[in-house]
Amino acid sequence: MSQSTSQPVPPPAATAPRLQLRGISKVYPTVVANDQVDLSVQPGEIRAILGENGAGKSTLMKIIYGVTHQSAGHIYWEGEEVRVENPAHARSLGIGMVFQHFSLFETLTVVENVALALPSNPALDELAQRITEVSERYGLPVDPRRHIHALSVGERQRVEIIRCLLQNPRLLIMDEPTSVLTPQAVRKLFETLRQLAAEGCSILYISHKLDEIQALCHTATVLRGGKVTGECIPAQETPASMARLMIGKDLPHCEHGAARTDGDVRLRLAGLSHASDDPFGTDLKDIHLDVRAGEIVGIAGVSGNGQQELLRAISGEDVLAERFPVQICGVEAGRLSPGQRRKLGLCFVPEERLGRGAVPGMSLADNALLTAAHSQGLLAGGFLRFERARDFAQRCIEAFNVKCGGPGAAAKSLSGGNLQKFIVGREILQAPGLLVCAQPTWGVDVGAATFIRQSLIDLRDRGCAVLVISEELDELFEICDRIAVIAKGRLSPTRPASETTVEDIGVWMSGMWPGADSSELPTNRAESLHA
Amino acid sequence: MLELEARAEPSRLMSWLSPLLAVVLTIAGGMLVFSALGKDPLEGFRIFFLNPVKDLYGLSELLLKATPLMLCAIGLAIGFRANVWNIGAEGQFMLGAVAATGVALYFDGSESALLLPAMIVAGALGGAAWAAIPALLRTRFNANEILVSLMLVYVAQLFVSWLVFGPWKDPDGFNFPQTQMFGDAALMPVLLEGTRLHLGFALALAVLVAGYAFMNRSFAGFRMRVAGEAPDAARYAGFSATRMIWIGLLLGGAAAGLAGMGEVAGPMGQLTDKVGSGYGFAAIIVAFVGRLNAFGILLASLLMALLYIGGEQAQQYLNLPSSISMVFQGMLLFFLLGSDVFINYRLRLRRRAVQGH
Repeated sequence: MSQSTSQPVPPPAATAPRLQLRGISKVYPTVVANDQVDLSVQPGEIRAILGENGAGKSTLMKIIYGVTHQSAGHIYWEGEEVRVENPAHARSLGIGMVFQHFSLFETLTVVENVALALPSNPALDELAQRITEVSERYGLPVDPRRHIHALSVGERQRVEIIRCLLQNPRLLIMDEPTSVLTPQAVRKLFETLRQLAAEGCSILYISHKLDEIQALCHTATVLRGGKVTGECIPAQETPASMARLMIGKDLPHCEHGAARTDGDVRLRLAGLSHASDDPFGTDLKDIHLDVRAGEIVGIAGVSGNGQQELLRAISGEDVLAERFPVQICGVEAGRLSPGQRRKLGLCFVPEERLGRGAVPGMSLADNALLTAAHSQGLLAGGFLRFERARDFAQRCIEAFNVKCGGPGAAAKSLSGGNLQKFIVGREILQAPGLLVCAQPTWGVDVGAATFIRQSLIDLRDRGCAVLVISEELDELFEICDRIAVIAKGRLSPTRPASETTVEDIGVWMSGMWPGADSSELPTNRAESLHA
Repeated sequence: MLELEARAEPSRLMSWLSPLLAVVLTIAGGMLVFSALGKDPLEGFRIFFLNPVKDLYGLSELLLKATPLMLCAIGLAIGFRANVWNIGAEGQFMLGAVAATGVALYFDGSESALLLPAMIVAGALGGAAWAAIPALLRTRFNANEILVSLMLVYVAQLFVSWLVFGPWKDPDGFNFPQTQMFGDAALMPVLLEGTRLHLGFALALAVLVAGYAFMNRSFAGFRMRVAGEAPDAARYAGFSATRMIWIGLLLGGAAAGLAGMGEVAGPMGQLTDKVGSGYGFAAIIVAFVGRLNAFGILLASLLMALLYIGGEQAQQYLNLPSSISMVFQGMLLFFLLGSDVFINYRLRLRRRAVQGH
C-alpha cells in the first residue's frame, strides 16, 4: 500500500545493543509460548517482529514490558542484565509499549488516562496541552477531554500511541499500530517513527502487514510456534518470501471473479439518519446505499466516523424511529429487533469478538446458540438441543479450520484469529441472504485472513449480498466489487473497486468526495491536514 | 513473600472449594466467638452444629427451615445470573404470605381440595406482583431495582402489620397481631408423621429441579446467562434486556411468594406480623454460597437452616443471644467473599532473589 521512496537501511551496529534477549522461554501450563528466543535491538534500529497469531510475539513483548516473566533466559538492557519487574519498572528503564488490546480506563478521560501512566503527577490542563501538541505533531487527532468509553477503537489506539510518545521512550514496542489509520496517516506515523529512530530510539514493531514492514523496518525477526525461524532484512525480501518464513508455506491468494450486477437488492438504506445515543458518537446523516445479491460492497473510513452507529442501525442493536430507512430483503426493517432481522436473512459479524460476537466464558457450542438457535433448529419447545448445537459448532470448526479443543472449548480459550474464523463460520453457515461483516480480519494472521476473505467471496458467488466495513483499505480492494467511504456520519457514493485507487479513497476518507456537503468542509479540511 | 497472582483463567475447582473453605472458616470463627464469650468451644460446636441433627425430628426441622430458603434462593439465582439484582425477596415472601392468607380467609370454612392449590397460586402471584413493581420502574424509568426492591421490603412489612393489627385481626385472638388459624383444608399436609415437615418441602424440591431445567436447559435461561456474562453479546444476538428484567424479577418474586405461602400454610398456620423471619435476605447468601446453581443451593440452604436452628439451640443451652445466628450468617458471607478471591487469583510464594542469576 504505502510504498516508501527510500528503502530503510539498518543503522551501523553499535557496541552494546539497546536490548538483548538470550534464550527466553515462557512455559504456560498447557503451551510453550516462547522457546529459546534470541533477539537484539540496536539504538535507532526499527526491528519487525513477524509471525502469525499464536506465534508468541505478544508473549515475548509482554516479557520485555514486565507484564509477565520469563520461565528461563536472560534480558540485557543496554548491556546490563535486568529482570523487568512490572510495566512501571519497564517505563522507568525507558521502555514504552502500545498494546494491541488497549489498556485504558473507560470511565476516565484521555488526559486522566495519560496522567495515570506518568510517574509524576502533572497538572491536567498542562498535560492536555502537551497531548494536543504531540497529537498534532504526529497526526493523531484526539480531544484530551473526552472519555475513553466514547472513543472508537481507532481513537483509543491513538491515545495509546500518544501516551507512549509523551514519555520519550528509548525503546518503543508497537503491537499492530496501523490497523486503524488512513494510508496518509500511516505514512505520517512512519515519518514519526523514523524520526524517533533517527533520534536514537529503538523500535520493536509487531505487524503482519508485510508491505508496512518493508517500508518501515530495518530488520525483522520471524517467529513461528514460539521459536525464531529466521532473521532478514525486509528491504531485501519480497512479501511472498517473508510470508514463507512466517507461515512455512506460500501465501495463499484470494480467487476473485467478476460480480453479478443484476441481483435483487438485499439491503437498501434509504435516507438513513440516526442520532447517536452516545453524546460523543457520530450522528448518521442521510445515508443511501443499495447492496445487491451477488456482490460485495465495502465501506472504508477512519474509525469513529459513524461505522459503529451504521452497523448498529443495520443489525437492529439500535432500533430506529421509522421503518423505511433500513430495508432488508425487501422488508422495511427499521423498527425490527436483531432477532427479527435475522429471520429476514441477515447475518452479522461484529467488530468485537469477545463479549459481543461471542460470550467469553461459554463453550463454542453455546456460542453457536447465540445467533443460530432459530435458523439451525437448535431448539425444541423452548429447550436447547445440545447435540445439534454441538454438531453445528463442530461444522463451523471443520468448515473454517478453527484450531480449538472442540465444541466444548470456551470462546476465550481461542486465539483472536481462530475465534474470528468461528464467528464468521457461524454466520456464513446459516446461509444468509445478506451478510454484514465488520473488520473481518482485524488482528488475524495472514493465512486466516486470506481464508476469511475467500469465504466472503465464495459466499458472494453463491448469491449472498455482502457488506464489509473495514478500516483496512488493502482488504477492501482485495475483495470488494464496489467501495464507498464513510466520513463524519455521511456516506459517499459507491465506486467500482476496479475504477478507483487507494489514493482516491484515502482522500475521500477525510470527507472530501465529489458532491460532498460543502458546509462540512472547514472541519474536514482541518482533519485532512492531520491525516 | 506472599503475593496474589492472577490465574490464567478462573479455577473451576476453587469455585466449588471456596464455599467449603468458607464453611470451615465459619466454624473455626464461631468457635473463637464461643471462647471469647467464655463458653467451651467444643461444647459450642456440638450444640450449634451437631445437636440440631441428632435425631429424625431434628432433621425434619432442618428440612423445614431449609424449604423457604431454597425456594427464595433458586428464584433469586435466576435473576442474579442475568445481573438482575432483586434484593427484595423478603418483601415478596411477605406478599406471597398475604395473598395466600387472603384466599384462606375468604374461603374460611371451605373443605374444598382446591383451596390449597388456589393458595399456592395466590402466593406465587402475590410475590410476583410485588416484584413487578421494581421490574416496571426499572424498565420504564430505569430506576435501580436493588434500591426499589429493598425499599419495598419495608413497605411490605408495614402492610402486613396494618392487616394483622387492623382488618384481618383475629376477633378471638386476645388482640394479638395475628389472623385466625387456618382451617385444615388451608394447611399444607404433613409429610412425615410426628414432625412439622410439610408438602412445601416437596414443592421446593420440584421448584429446584424446574429452576435447574430453566437455567441450564431452556433457551430463556440461556438468554439470561448470556445477558449476565456479556450484555453486549445479548444485545448483538437480539435478546431483549427488558424481557430479561421482567423474567428475572417475576420468577424471583413468584418463588419467594411461594415460600411465604408455605410458611403461613405450614408451620405458622396463620398470618402474623412476624411472618418475615429474614428468609428472603438469608436466601441471598444461600444463592451465592450455592454458586447460583440448583444443586449448590440445595446444600447451601441446608447449611443456612443449620445456622438458624443452631442459633436457637445456642440460645437455649448456652444462654447466648438470638443474634448469634446473624453473626454466623455474616461470617459465612464474609469468608465466602474472601475465599472467592482465590477463584481468580492464587497465592504464590515469591523468592526475593532475581531469577536467572
